[in-house]
Amino acid sequence: MADMKIGAYVCQGCGLGERLDTKALALVAQKEGKAHVVREHEFLCNGQGVAMIQKDIDEGVNRVVIAACSRRAKTEAFGFEGVAISRVNLREQVIWAQPATDEARELTQEMAADYVRMGCAEAKKIVAPTPNAEHGTDKRVLVVGGGISGMTAALEAARAGYDVLLVEKTGVLGGYMAKLHKRVPHQEPFADPQATDIEGLVASVSQDPHITVYLNSTTTRTSGAPGRFSVDITTESGQTATENVGAIVMASGFTPYDATKLPELGYGKSRNVVDQAGLEDLARAAAAQGEPMRRPSDGKEIKSVVFVQCAGQRDATGTHLKYCSGHCCNTSMKQAMYFKEQNPSIDTAIIYTDLRTPGNGEDFYRSAQRKGVIFTKGTVASVDEDGSGSATVRFHDLILDDKTATMQGVDLVVLATGLVPNSGVNIDIPPDAADVDPAKASEHAVSVLNLTYRQGPDLPQLKYGFTDSHFICFPYETRRTGIYATGPVRRPMDITQAVEDATGAALKAIQAVENASLGRAAHPRSGDLSFPTFRREGCTQCKRCTVECPFGAIDEDEQRYPQFNESRCRRCGTCMGACPVRVISFENYSVDSVGSQIKAIDVPDEFSEKPRILLLACENDAYPALDMAGVAGHTSSAFIRTVPVRCLGSVNMIWITDALNSGYDGVMLMGCRHGDEYQCHFVKGSELASYRMSKIDDTLKNLNLEKDRVRALEVAIADIGKVPALINDYAAKIKEIGMSPFKGF
Amino acid sequence: MGDINRAMAEQYRNDFLKEVEANVEEGQWVKMCMQCGVCSGSCPLGPAWEHPPQEIFMMIRAGRRDEVLKSESMWMCTSCYNCIVRCPRELPITHIMHGLANYAHRLGLAPKMNPTRRFAKKFWNNLAKSGRVNEIELSVGLYFMDGFKTGIARAWAMKDIGIGMLKAKRLNPFGFLTHKGCKDKKGIHKMLKKAREIEDRRKGFTA
Repeated sequence: MADMKIGAYVCQGCGLGERLDTKALALVAQKEGKAHVVREHEFLCNGQGVAMIQKDIDEGVNRVVIAACSRRAKTEAFGFEGVAISRVNLREQVIWAQPATDEARELTQEMAADYVRMGCAEAKKIVAPTPNAEHGTDKRVLVVGGGISGMTAALEAARAGYDVLLVEKTGVLGGYMAKLHKRVPHQEPFADPQATDIEGLVASVSQDPHITVYLNSTTTRTSGAPGRFSVDITTESGQTATENVGAIVMASGFTPYDATKLPELGYGKSRNVVDQAGLEDLARAAAAQGEPMRRPSDGKEIKSVVFVQCAGQRDATGTHLKYCSGHCCNTSMKQAMYFKEQNPSIDTAIIYTDLRTPGNGEDFYRSAQRKGVIFTKGTVASVDEDGSGSATVRFHDLILDDKTATMQGVDLVVLATGLVPNSGVNIDIPPDAADVDPAKASEHAVSVLNLTYRQGPDLPQLKYGFTDSHFICFPYETRRTGIYATGPVRRPMDITQAVEDATGAALKAIQAVENASLGRAAHPRSGDLSFPTFRREGCTQCKRCTVECPFGAIDEDEQRYPQFNESRCRRCGTCMGACPVRVISFENYSVDSVGSQIKAIDVPDEFSEKPRILLLACENDAYPALDMAGVAGHTSSAFIRTVPVRCLGSVNMIWITDALNSGYDGVMLMGCRHGDEYQCHFVKGSELASYRMSKIDDTLKNLNLEKDRVRALEVAIADIGKVPALINDYAAKIKEIGMSPFKGF
Repeated sequence: MGDINRAMAEQYRNDFLKEVEANVEEGQWVKMCMQCGVCSGSCPLGPAWEHPPQEIFMMIRAGRRDEVLKSESMWMCTSCYNCIVRCPRELPITHIMHGLANYAHRLGLAPKMNPTRRFAKKFWNNLAKSGRVNEIELSVGLYFMDGFKTGIARAWAMKDIGIGMLKAKRLNPFGFLTHKGCKDKKGIHKMLKKAREIEDRRKGFTA
């Protein structure tokens, strides 16, 4: 570009001036980096230093190279508008990562010089991003599901001033909570069941001027992107209204696990065996008539009740649900208290394997014990009714190791069967595949959102049929931007948690519409203005970008070229890493911007005993860990050259082959954990990277290089002490296998 | 005593937990056990117990009356208080163990030959007689409670400690003759009798 004018600024503060020859670095920026303006400053981030840079920008500098501290530090001071900024990390990852000795001085200086070269190379290849022209400005929020989660999300969004459309499949609001007699206490002293007060909540939803409720309705088609979703809301009678919304909260809730699958526990054989929902029905019916609960089979007085926990849950055999539903222990205690309230002399026993009482459930547990509810640790083998209505519960007492323990003369048995999420269609299973997992029972496989995305009609699932919602780091963040899952559809939870969860989801939806209306990225690169573009003439229509995009952001146009829905994009660059012909790029992050940094360094010859190791580090976890290792004073090899990447998924294989070809002795990749317990900010990025890396051996073979020339590692943000050790281990390994034969070509 | 046992068993039928709550020292705590097992793991004599405290609490809830009351387990407690210190539910486990042992003893169900029980009885009788323990009488009585031969063997085994105590003037060899006890022995006997009456009334032993 003709009008490119690079300004390079070398800071001397924070010890940089003492540890490094900044004059030499300035010279590198000028001679090798071809910077037009080069300045040193003793304290670059103070008002004077910033003013100096701003003055140059005013006079025409449009690419700024700041050779000072990490890009994660002083972001406000160096947040210049309208120019491309390249940050050279001389502080955390050079002087703080190297020993402050005279012997180390030479290598430290070499390291700093390379980073200055890299910074200047990057500055040449990037421009300041401009907002996306394609963006919707609709700020309404659609909530799918009228249970406690959905209603809470609707109310919270409405209270923040956003218009809400609330779609409920049935004819009434309230969901499962409306079927409860009372709820587990959510207020001090957490001792007794509390009223649900669901009527009050329904009333405030119905009366809220910001909320429009659609009863007996479903979402039959959802298309678009954050800020411009178009949704068809169809009533039972078939009338369809098309509405435009900015973001969607999916609160489709759960269905109790089907107790008829538990004949060994007597369900279906005896009317005196009920599930938790069945007991709530009994309690409500009795309360409505003002009478005590009676035995369903013959209306006799109830004297003894047994609660069977984990009925069809936490099942290791694979027949039933494999997971814990999270609420059932508290629920059974609450239900036992219904009987204690009716008559304290009713025997109530809860047979559990592991009692789990989330929230303030420990107080509730103690309260149940005080009220005389008996807790017995054991696994129930069978429930048999003798014909007269009394049941015998046979169980294995795990404390006394009594395999033939029994409770006789039981009037009512309550099974805690747990919950199955209403996640809709599992888009990872082909529609004609056999239904293997009981958690994904076919009766729930009706699409909730009916998305028109090419990736499938519903949100992707993670495990056991729950909607993937980045549950380790960022709850609510599904893999469909602008659509937030909340409540038990994303993980097992109780009412208290669902209320909190729905509040969070409503706020995420608000962030999404606000960001979308400005053409900015949503979480995790919140506020990022850059977006991917592709060079149409180079594209081979291989579809790898559309398939690999973790967020379903890329559709195909009529001519089968990728069609980027920028508002759905999270700017991770996974498409860029996937593209075999390298036509996808961002304004400030591209195959070229990283590739030229890799090529910019000075590679000493084979006999220098100074290897060069490229480290491609995820900027979300690994790069901060490296910074903090420097802050903590951990030193590591001086032969490492680190390039931060948006996600390991954005690593294009060409970078690795280029690095090896240009004489690097090894390449390290540091990304986040993947798999079921993934910590990748972009969900699938690190997984895709590790898949791609598993194929690197062929490349190395073609180059006639050792397998250890490339090493991919999982690093978490807290691995501050581990990261330098990993680097040093790898440096030792490179020393062992020797220098690369590709130097000097 | 047998009659009391039958009366108690009849009164509570299968609900042993309620019986324990009503009659055993600190028995109302038994239902609060959450079966974590820290007490059993903390007990220095843990492996020697047939049923560690955690199990005893579970057996009470399971209504295993005879098994609990005839057990030697709670007699193993040495009152080190480790379990009380560590119990996350703050159960006074040591006291419950003593309470159970005492209740079993009063019902006549405690194992007759249990050494702890026999020593406890000797100690109590010795103490109650004069209001002050006669050490030489107690230890000789303890050694010889199973007969002359075993008594000699036990005393011989402990001789070094005995001599040490003599030298340190911690044991009076003429205690058989010179032990005086408290001043108002009658008053003490009266007081203990009254206390017994109160306790019997409280625990329902006034049959």
